[in-house]
Amino acid sequence: MAGSRSRNDVSHADVGFDRDFAGIHDLFTRFGYQGGVHRIEEESESKMTFQSRCIALAVGLATSLASTGCPAENGAGGPASADALEGKVQIDGSSTVYPITEAVAEEFRAPQPKIALSIGISGTGGGFKKFVLGETDINDASRTIKDSEAEKCRAAGIEFIEIPVAYDGLSVVVNKDADWLDTITVAELNAIWKPESTVTKWSDVRDGWPDVELKLYGPGVDSGTFDYFTEAINGKSQRCRSDFTQSEDDNVLVQGVAGDRYALGFFGFAYYAENKDKIKLLKVDGGTGTGVAPSEKTINDGTYAPLSRPLFIYVSKKAADRPEVVAFVDFYLANAAELSADVGYVALPEKAYELAKTRFEKRITGSVFAHVEAGRDLLEVLGAGLAN
Amino acid sequence: MSEVALVEHRADPPRVPDAAWTGEPSGNLLRRHLRAAIFHRLCQGATFVGVAFLAVLLVQVVIEGWSFLDLDLLTSLPSRKADKMGIKASVVGTLWVISFTALFSVPIGIAAAVYLEEYARKGRLSTIIQVNISNLAGVPSIVYGILGLVVFVRALQMGHSILAGAFTLSLLILPVIIIASREAIRAVPSSVRLAAFALGATRWQTVRSHVLPAALPGILTGVILAVSRAIGEAAPLIILGVPIYHSMIPSAPTDDFTVLPLQIYEMAKRPQAEFHQVAAAAIVVLLTVLLLMNATAILIRHRWERRVI
Repeated sequence: MAGSRSRNDVSHADVGFDRDFAGIHDLFTRFGYQGGVHRIEEESESKMTFQSRCIALAVGLATSLASTGCPAENGAGGPASADALEGKVQIDGSSTVYPITEAVAEEFRAPQPKIALSIGISGTGGGFKKFVLGETDINDASRTIKDSEAEKCRAAGIEFIEIPVAYDGLSVVVNKDADWLDTITVAELNAIWKPESTVTKWSDVRDGWPDVELKLYGPGVDSGTFDYFTEAINGKSQRCRSDFTQSEDDNVLVQGVAGDRYALGFFGFAYYAENKDKIKLLKVDGGTGTGVAPSEKTINDGTYAPLSRPLFIYVSKKAADRPEVVAFVDFYLANAAELSADVGYVALPEKAYELAKTRFEKRITGSVFAHVEAGRDLLEVLGAGLAN
Repeated sequence: MSEVALVEHRADPPRVPDAAWTGEPSGNLLRRHLRAAIFHRLCQGATFVGVAFLAVLLVQVVIEGWSFLDLDLLTSLPSRKADKMGIKASVVGTLWVISFTALFSVPIGIAAAVYLEEYARKGRLSTIIQVNISNLAGVPSIVYGILGLVVFVRALQMGHSILAGAFTLSLLILPVIIIASREAIRAVPSSVRLAAFALGATRWQTVRSHVLPAALPGILTGVILAVSRAIGEAAPLIILGVPIYHSMIPSAPTDDFTVLPLQIYEMAKRPQAEFHQVAAAAIVVLLTVLLLMNATAILIRHRWERRVI
């Protein structure tokens, strides 16, 4: 996209905010405030009319925004290093991955103040649609690329490098007062969530559980979270019963489960971690006979299976020719471990970042995760991908 | 005078005895006045429902966002830490995009209204245009987002620039401005126009010196409503692909940008409760910007009202 417009995006930043302010002043005068700004300066000590006071407030807001703190963003905060780059990196995609990418972008401002970064949240699928058109350089993804999307990329001549950046542990939760269970098996979850499920009461799932209707809560069907859960539990992405309460906002699911003693729901680990006092986390038994609760440790070392999911960024190979994109991805991989933990996700094993870095340096395109069953060891998959 | 008297008395007993006056008001009369009193209270209640909800909402938002409402919020860029979170980029982006939206939509909207009211012949064509504009005012904003994506972002190669956003929002609010302006122009008595014509004024002179100044208060009310709608829109901008995070403060109309409603939406979805509080603080800022802009328009309206009438 950047190439299609013949302007230098970064030079504006050096001009500072005079133009910004001028634009607003311009607007005021066009609306009939002849010389409003001058009048404020002249009259500031004498009595101001209510009218000019209001203009002063509005203009003051604009100027304070424009003048304060701008050196930091324009690079005057630190001496620009010799390898300071200019340019533009366009990122879009999953709102689940957004907090990590935003945290990386925040730290990236210090070493590379002149690279203009923008990050959208069109969703994993919506982001890939733009990625295919070459409108974005990087796509955040909370699931692997679908075959149909990969096919469109091929047709459009867009090659991509798949890079895992962090883990999320999908958490299965119940109400605080649900004292009849601590552990649930994957088979039981499948019985509850499969499309042809006949489960309506807790007692239908396991003998001894209450003979009361079970209320289900889950993320919207467009989310990567839903895709991953259905794939891990029901064997195929999007295969799921439809009579459950959906919300795109996981906070709504937290509220729902917290307010209903017979509720069961699932969502990203960060939403449990922030609401530990309101809801109860279930251990999940993936077939080993012992339940494992998601935690930083069990998600990181892979014992919380199959509901640990990797989060990805997909980098366009063509964009990876540009030094500003390379600088950002390198910075991402170097800092993802610490920053993902900061925003509520779990770091990958250290080795995974090294393998991912090698993968990016060698510009190995295509997806190695797309056809891997949910919950398989990440290092193994990455290693195998490099060996090929 | 009689209207005033009726309003003054409302549910009081009648002063003027009816035909069957026996010293006591008749049952029929009492019933009618009771109904009038009930209607009065119902309307009053309806008014307070709106005001009360607004007050509760405002108080709740201010209380929730209070601890994050400071200058740092206004002067920082986004951060992963709630206490360092800033909305500077999106406030500046909002001011830019809303200024340009007003710049495009207000002159075009008023000119269209003047044409339809003062110049266009009444006929089938003007009826068709009128019906279309009324329908456009009811089209969901997301549809304008799709239109903007296809026309401005892709076909005209504007990218996610302030101009693309402003053009899209202008289309969104144009129907509202046209409809309000037409109503205001129509409310100007035709005697004003006829007097001007009788003195030899041209249509342009009549419109410029008499019709528009008289209609301006009504037009500005429409503009306030329309721009207030545009400033809170997130859906069409998401469709355009406007990013939530942008590391550079926009400094030209061709720059990329982000706006407050998008950032509020993203923060409200975060798991951390502190971000919900920052979102509340950002809502207060958004409302303040909105009120400042509306106050400006109201001040202009006041000035013109005094000058004309």
